[in-house]
Amino acid sequence: MHDRTLALLADDLAARRVSAVELTEHFLQRIEQFDAQLNAFVTVTRDEALAQAAVADKRLAAGNATPLTGIPIAHKDIFCTQGVKTSCGSKILDNFISPYDATIVSRLKDAGAVMLGKTNMDEFAMGSSSETSFYGAVRNPWDHELVPGGSSGGSAAAVAARMVCGATGTDTGGSIRQPASLSGITGFKPTYGRVSRYGMVAFASSLDQAGTLTRTAEDAALMMQVMAGFDERDSTALTDPVPAFSSALETPWQTITIGVPENFFDDGLDEGSAQAIRDALRVFERLGATIKDVHLEHVHLSVPVYYVVASAEASSNLSRFDGVRYGHRAENIDNLTELYMRTRGEGFGAEVKRRILTGTYVLSAGYYDAYYLQAQKVRQLISDDFARAFADVDFLIGPTTPTPAFGIGQKMDDPIQMYLNDIYTIGANLAGLPALSVPCGFSGGLPVGLQLIGAHLSEPALLKVAHYFQLETDWHTRVPAAYA
Amino acid sequence: MAYSSAGRLRVGPTMKWEVVIGLEIHTQLATASKIFSGASTTYGAPPNSQACLVDLGYPGILPVLNEQVVRMAIKFGLATNCKISRRSVFARKNYFYPDLPKGYQISQYELPIVSGGHIDIVLDDGEIKTIRITRAHLEEDAGKSLHENFHGASGIDLNRAGTPLLEIVSEPDLRSAMEAGIYMRKIHTLVRYLGISDGNMQEGSFRCDANVSIRLKGDKKLGTRTELKNLNSFRFVEKAIEIEVERQIEILEEGGHIVLETRLYDSDRNETRPMRSKEEANDYRYFPDPDLLPLVIEDALVDELKDSLPELPDAKRVRFVKEYELSDYDAGVLTANLETADYYEEAVRSTTVASPKLVANWVQGELAAALNRDGLDIAEAKVASAELGLLAERIEDGTVSGKLAKEVFERLWHDGGSIDDIIEQRGLKQISDSGTIEKLVDDVLAQNPTQLEQFRGGNEKVIGFFVGQIMKASDGKANPKQVNAILRKKLNE
Repeated sequence: MHDRTLALLADDLAARRVSAVELTEHFLQRIEQFDAQLNAFVTVTRDEALAQAAVADKRLAAGNATPLTGIPIAHKDIFCTQGVKTSCGSKILDNFISPYDATIVSRLKDAGAVMLGKTNMDEFAMGSSSETSFYGAVRNPWDHELVPGGSSGGSAAAVAARMVCGATGTDTGGSIRQPASLSGITGFKPTYGRVSRYGMVAFASSLDQAGTLTRTAEDAALMMQVMAGFDERDSTALTDPVPAFSSALETPWQTITIGVPENFFDDGLDEGSAQAIRDALRVFERLGATIKDVHLEHVHLSVPVYYVVASAEASSNLSRFDGVRYGHRAENIDNLTELYMRTRGEGFGAEVKRRILTGTYVLSAGYYDAYYLQAQKVRQLISDDFARAFADVDFLIGPTTPTPAFGIGQKMDDPIQMYLNDIYTIGANLAGLPALSVPCGFSGGLPVGLQLIGAHLSEPALLKVAHYFQLETDWHTRVPAAYA
Repeated sequence: MAYSSAGRLRVGPTMKWEVVIGLEIHTQLATASKIFSGASTTYGAPPNSQACLVDLGYPGILPVLNEQVVRMAIKFGLATNCKISRRSVFARKNYFYPDLPKGYQISQYELPIVSGGHIDIVLDDGEIKTIRITRAHLEEDAGKSLHENFHGASGIDLNRAGTPLLEIVSEPDLRSAMEAGIYMRKIHTLVRYLGISDGNMQEGSFRCDANVSIRLKGDKKLGTRTELKNLNSFRFVEKAIEIEVERQIEILEEGGHIVLETRLYDSDRNETRPMRSKEEANDYRYFPDPDLLPLVIEDALVDELKDSLPELPDAKRVRFVKEYELSDYDAGVLTANLETADYYEEAVRSTTVASPKLVANWVQGELAAALNRDGLDIAEAKVASAELGLLAERIEDGTVSGKLAKEVFERLWHDGGSIDDIIEQRGLKQISDSGTIEKLVDDVLAQNPTQLEQFRGGNEKVIGFFVGQIMKASDGKANPKQVNAILRKKLNE
């Protein structure tokens, strides 16, 4: 069962070839079997999942099911889930049971998707390796000594190891695409505002966007259909109507022009990965795409701009974790200052503290103009670069990451090296563009991801191009031997 | 120390100081729900019963702007000759405090919704002074920390958290505590006229911070200021500024210097004392709130609100003087709040007989005294406006004397009923029958031969005595005009 995609299983459920309870039990059994070695889950909600599956079966029988009814999924532990721990990978929320559902959680619930659990992640989504979690590092199903990428590493590993059909994730600087790339699956980040942020623990509000980790673009389209759309509880949610993502995949191929940002093929790019990307471009040429070099003038400034903007917003967003109303509170406190210092000192990990300090610094009087304001200006320049590029080409294609998966612990002492892992993905966040990563080959036996970036609200076309690529290739069907 | 003859200079032992004051008034906007959440804003609910997940700053929650506050802020801007920003920005003011759930307050910083206006105030000598309004911006209130009754701990009530505020900032155009008081009252009148705030100061719906400094007469440069926080009554504003000015003069006269700091006014001890020094104060790290898009206001909305503005206090005052032939002073008192002005106009319109001036006297006299005595608002007055109009009519048409009308008013206030019935039943009807009055006059003159002799001997003063006796004999009901006329006639016979 687990070798089938979400789309195929949806057909099986609809045709009653398999029941939701059977499917749920099967995937729960795989989680039980494999998760001890992968550490992809923070919480497994076995009883709730089986109850939801039973309800799903009734809906399927009654004929009022949706394509996701009965489909086992997992949520990144950054999404609030009513009655279930929502830790964000942090000690400070280790005891936090959310009293409400995030918008996407309730939308997927309403559609009948069955939540098997909450996935592990870098603490507060700050990281590119899923090593900064309070619950320990997540391991890459392709090689347990390697990271699965991050911050949505738990979701990526869970999908790659076939422990769920699909999972939600969030992408602030590459946190869906990068782990998808390193774990050999499909990761989709929609246009900023396409999916509601309500109930998603905020890291950097102007960059955070929820999306999907699945095996295929087709699966992503099915999940997106439920997740996308305006939400009156999120002022930054887009009011644009939600297109029919799945039917867009079935439309005939049209002539497209693909831009290849030459700056993405720099010295930092692993040669095996570069070769996989070049091969992928040939697939698109065969499909009839025109390939064109483009130059994104300011994109090399993405990483510093990102670490100023994201850290500034994070320093403010994380102020609410003060031990007063929920979450961890230090014990034996004498005064207010001590309450703050010890609660936050004990509750946050090193990377989170580093970003809070960075963010506080760049917003401080005397530094605001030089850092925050300057970063916002460069952010605009980067957005303008993309806008100019999309006047000429339909999509941008390049590598998702400079290298395949790296070793656990390898970059933990070198934040800059860690940050540079997101060098190709951050641009789409700064410009609010939809982007995805699909498997496109291997380098040194490890999966390589191909990144596609589209113009604002071009999700249907973007998913379609990825879908056509997956019709022509079989990289997305590869599975780590141990999890076949 | 005293005000100099110029009125706005303070005379210290050796030098003449000019007082410079700017006010930041925090007005709670009268919305049903909070500025960024659907929770109720009703005052006085049990602690934390009106704080939803948004107000509690839960992980993942997001603010959604209450459209009503935008309309209210625009109305204020239009009423104070301000510019309405077509694009304004909400910013985060970051600081840690237990009653600030998110660790930041959502406010407006660089781009407020309203800026650059002015209002006129009338000083006690009748001079009209223009006070410039720097800006007015929208923000959310914090919760309340309670430091008593928690046995060494602090309690937090977040009912107030997220309550919409309009912070109205004046230029440092005020030159005395008295001017500050007048300006604050004027703003108070205005927000209530506009219906954007209940202005209830006991409940904290209207409070202010005062920035106070002094400088030598003629100096162009402003002196170092102190900020007096959270003044929640007109009287406290005046007293706090007064005492702070004295403190600053004393320091400067002795060669000291003023420290830029925030001070609290202690009304029990009538003194100000430092709260925290601005130099060591928080760096609030303002930055645009990424959860809220810039607030864009269309011209159509501004036009719509412009058309919907009620008659404002200044215009009403001018109209009252013209239409009702009142003195400027009376018109000012009657228009100082909308409810009083409306009550007055309803009373005047309910009678075609009584003069508006007579009605005005009654509203400012008996009615105001009764409200004050019973601690009631005019909305709770136990004599309705139309009844007061009728009572004035009964005075004007001679049915009841002004003096006995006060008794009618008291009856009406306490027991209700109809004015004419009260006059009838209690026999308060004025005696205007000349035969009856002549009889009363004759009796009194007959009973007081001594005083009559005195009058005959040229002592005119005893007339008052006779009038008093006659009124007394009639239980106050005799028409005083007629009594006077008949008495004089008889005495001169």
